[in-house]
Amino acid sequence: MATAEARPIDERVRRVGLGSRLLGRPEVGAIIGAALVWIVFAVWAGDRGFTSVAGTATILNVAAQVGIVASAVALLMIAGEFDLSVGSVVGAAGMVVAIGVGEFGLPVWLTVLMAIGLGLAIGFINGYIVIRTRLPSFIVTLGMLLILRGLTIGITRAITARTQVGGLAPAIDADPIAGIFTARFGNFPVAILWWIGLALVATYVLLRTPFGNWIYGAGGSAVAARNLGVPVARVKIMLFMATAASAALLAVIQVLSVGSGDVLRGQDKEFEAIITAVIGGTLLTGGYGSAIGAIFGALTLGMTRQGLFFAGVPGDWYLAILGVLLLLAVIINNYIRQRATRTRS
Amino acid sequence: MKTPRWAAGLVALGLILAACGAQQATSTGGADGDGESAERDMRIVVVTHGQASDPFWSVVVNGVNQARDDLGIEVEYNAPQGDDFDVVAMAQLIDTAVASEPDGLVISNPDPSGLEAAIQGALDAGIPVLSINSGSDVYADLGLLTHIGQTEFEAGVGAGERMAAAGVTNTLCVNQEVGNVALDLRCQGFAEGLGGIPSRVVAVDLSDATGAQAGIQAELAGDPTIDGILTLGPTGAAPALLALEGNDAVQLATFDLSPEVLTAIDEGRMLFAIDQQQYLQGYLGVSVMALYVQYGLLPGGGDIIRTGPGFVTPDNAAQVIELSSEGIR
Repeated sequence: MATAEARPIDERVRRVGLGSRLLGRPEVGAIIGAALVWIVFAVWAGDRGFTSVAGTATILNVAAQVGIVASAVALLMIAGEFDLSVGSVVGAAGMVVAIGVGEFGLPVWLTVLMAIGLGLAIGFINGYIVIRTRLPSFIVTLGMLLILRGLTIGITRAITARTQVGGLAPAIDADPIAGIFTARFGNFPVAILWWIGLALVATYVLLRTPFGNWIYGAGGSAVAARNLGVPVARVKIMLFMATAASAALLAVIQVLSVGSGDVLRGQDKEFEAIITAVIGGTLLTGGYGSAIGAIFGALTLGMTRQGLFFAGVPGDWYLAILGVLLLLAVIINNYIRQRATRTRS
Repeated sequence: MKTPRWAAGLVALGLILAACGAQQATSTGGADGDGESAERDMRIVVVTHGQASDPFWSVVVNGVNQARDDLGIEVEYNAPQGDDFDVVAMAQLIDTAVASEPDGLVISNPDPSGLEAAIQGALDAGIPVLSINSGSDVYADLGLLTHIGQTEFEAGVGAGERMAAAGVTNTLCVNQEVGNVALDLRCQGFAEGLGGIPSRVVAVDLSDATGAQAGIQAELAGDPTIDGILTLGPTGAAPALLALEGNDAVQLATFDLSPEVLTAIDEGRMLFAIDQQQYLQGYLGVSVMALYVQYGLLPGGGDIIRTGPGFVTPDNAAQVIELSSEGIR
């Protein structure tokens, strides 16, 4: 007995059970949670259309709306930063398209480029201010949230004397590239492909490229990462730009699909995106998280929002249930992470 | 050792969701009371653009719920969450409603171009749809059963007729939201209803009450023969009331209700207010749909069912104040 323990195995090559290894992944909680939420609603509201093709399509559509933003937000949070201006970027970029097409008669493709360009610029400003002032990104982007929303309302009213610009449908239908953002396959809008595609790209970047390691490094310990030669400032600024650009992409998809834009579009999206990333297993403090998890976070959000509808629960209760889900997800993820770090020690 | 803690979390989630389900089951308890089984099986979904904080829509919901209880059917009400009008979220709710295969769908239609695809999806799925509150100009083209609401022009005509009966000779129509087509229609109807008595449209700024008050006072000073003013909403009525303080020669009336408007009518400082009686929009929306689903009955062959104008005058203002505290006006 004693001889067997005489030479302990080096902890770095210690065999770890499959279960523990799985629990070490940040997205596992989100996957199990999403499956569980689906089962609950499938049993509860399966006969009301929750599991039907059309029902699945609306769930995926709702998930895609937040998911398009959430994978970039997850990377940014892993790098240790917040972006609260996401929702305002959706509103501002949407009005660029709506006013550009509706008031100035610009071609749709040009306004799309302008909207994405606006997103990149706002992201750069966010990142530059955060890096240069070393202020918490929470405050910097909160300021940007208010500035952008106010500018959007003010400029829109000044130009159009309205707060909602519609009637874009003819121009959109005539545009050669609008279909990239508005196509539908049966009940399934192309936004779902954008969502999954962006999440896969984000996952590849995070797990298979040096840039991904830098993201983890920048969020885990920025000082240590900088000492190791990681360009922390550049990484963070690029992630701010990616986040705002993905918000602009969402705005483009929304405005082109609906044929109108209004100044309040995208409100609360910043919180939905953060909720999605957190349910997906990303830590608020940075250094740990997953873009795949954000897919399942978005799915959970979509299933909860639409599932309650299928189950016949009045929409009044949605926010309360979302809050409970968020707390549960954080508690469970926290527990998993502690287990994961324990297996390594 | 990991499973028990896990299971606890999962069970908690299940319990929470189940609890919400139980809550819902009791809140639609009226369904189990009486009525034929055919009625019990019916399920109608209502999707509007009403904001949670808007007292107007609470009244609509109260009408919906009363119809649900009276008819003993299953009715679900939904509107986009949050405090802004979000046509994207509303279209998704309609898509979801369609996927849940209700027997009938009642919607409001504030942005026809944004909701067109979702509405078409419902019709393609063979679900009867009617609109309430907004969308009176497009419901027929979309192929909806009917529209239940106030038509602005006709309501304006009603206001003009009442104003003429009060003996006015020269009037103003105060528009606080220039560019809103519905408000233009109200002024046009007003002019029609006055039947030849002159009426001039005055534009004021919704967000600048002091400026609006000054503007109305300037109009009155410039043309002392004006003895009737119609404002198109409480945000126009409030500055008009201030502008007319101590001036009994001018009759004032307004569209839509607010506590200030009701008090002013009760005290005799205003002639009347036009109420679109949105409780009826909720109640009739559900009832008309239920009758159509069950028996194929449709009033007036699908013409607009008008819930307004209802007039609040000094005679009934006290009753309206009481009903508005109960969420019916």
